[in-house]
Amino acid sequence: MLDDFLVRATLAGVGVSLAAAPLGCFVVWRRMAYFGDATAHAAILGVALALTFEVSVFAGVVVVSLLMAATVAALSGRSFAMDTLLGVLAHSALAFGLVAMSFLPGVRMDLMGYLFGDILAVGRGDLLVIWGGATLVLTLLWFRWTRLLTATLNPDLAFASGVHPRVEQFLLTVGLAIVVAVALKVVGALLIASLLIIPAATARPLARDPEIMAAGAALVAIIATAGGLRAAYLFDTPTGPTIVALAAVLFALSSTVAACRRRL
Amino acid sequence: MSLVVASGLTVTLGSRIVLEGVDLSVAAGEMVTLLGPNGSGKTTLLRTLLGAIRPTAGCVVRPADLVVGYVPQRLAIDPNLPITVARFLDLPERTGSARKRAALARVGIDGLERRAMTELSGGQFQRALLARALLSEPQLLMLDEPTQGLDQIGKAVFYQLVDQVRRDTGCGVLMVSHDLHVVMSASDRVVCLNRSICCEGAPSQVASAPAYHALFGRDTQGALALYRHQHEQRHADPGRDIA
Repeated sequence: MLDDFLVRATLAGVGVSLAAAPLGCFVVWRRMAYFGDATAHAAILGVALALTFEVSVFAGVVVVSLLMAATVAALSGRSFAMDTLLGVLAHSALAFGLVAMSFLPGVRMDLMGYLFGDILAVGRGDLLVIWGGATLVLTLLWFRWTRLLTATLNPDLAFASGVHPRVEQFLLTVGLAIVVAVALKVVGALLIASLLIIPAATARPLARDPEIMAAGAALVAIIATAGGLRAAYLFDTPTGPTIVALAAVLFALSSTVAACRRRL
Repeated sequence: MSLVVASGLTVTLGSRIVLEGVDLSVAAGEMVTLLGPNGSGKTTLLRTLLGAIRPTAGCVVRPADLVVGYVPQRLAIDPNLPITVARFLDLPERTGSARKRAALARVGIDGLERRAMTELSGGQFQRALLARALLSEPQLLMLDEPTQGLDQIGKAVFYQLVDQVRRDTGCGVLMVSHDLHVVMSASDRVVCLNRSICCEGAPSQVASAPAYHALFGRDTQGALALYRHQHEQRHADPGRDIA
């Protein structure tokens, strides 16, 4: 069954969806959308460094994403507003990554794959990495869920209940770096943030509790990746962008339904 | 027995000294009110006692297992975060629905479990915050201007509720408030803060202290009168006749 590339691609998409969507809810709740973007764009630099030093791309991306997150955390609240800072860092990381890539012979052909994903080329090894990473992130979210939620709601409330907001923030950052690393193959560095944010935003109007929203986001992400794969196959369109486009259509639908319900 | 003892607390935020040499303690069953003008460091003091801010000098001593119930000054729930009252009460630990129902009934908003937090009125919202704080059965209740945005009657009823909780559970209460007259009636001790503590003592003592008048101006004469009036009627109908 795993011999079929479409089956492998679908399994990869479902794995990434299961991890990215619930984590994406925290990205939305904590207003970290730009932060997600910066971490994802740093992935290209991670790929370039991994290829240069001949280590695994997964490890390279996780490390550089974490470094990016640490840099943002260290620089925030100093001299620039957060969105300015993230705008500078996100695009610089991407630019440096692309420049670094150009020094590597023979990588030019793969560049599109890293930027926009190459889900149809997912092999058994990739599948293992994706599901391993997804399981790690889901385990983290499962065991820390209420702590993460308390820290997200209000840091002082968290302190009063013995929850350390900084620890929770750090764990979310680690989760984000892992999701970026596993999603790179599926939608590519430029579109990873959309897989975090669009499913969460789609589920929001239909949910009354955080858990429902996270589950709904996972469902939306799975529909988008599985459906996007089929659509890309049928219409011969690039897969990563087709997945994100379908997610955007679902977002438009849910927003319309919500708007109509408010009218009534 | 003291639940929390702060000694010589100095807190610097950026280049600004917000608190300087503050000594404060709260005992079990005691209600202490922090008064002070805007920017006098009241919220910073509470947050330092909570552990959210590390003091530049001095220390906070509290038992490792002290259970604190905290009601923040403002809780802005992101509109993208859907959460019902019942789910909110389950933070950070899940509790049975019977206990949740009882907690809501105690603060006078029974039956609102399924309501979204963002759909609550100002008064209901503050009560939901208090209900959550009470569910952990706190030994120390910290309230940071818990009645912001409530009308006079709402304020009086809220403070009455806090007073009742204190009597029932024997917890200590540390409260920041601007509502001089209402607050003073129930407090055992009033602490006036303006970067450092400028006066403290029983409400009647503080109300006649020169430092207190320097801080709050002439108007406080009225507050004092109300306080006395209030004090005499305490057992008849505390709080309500203030409005």
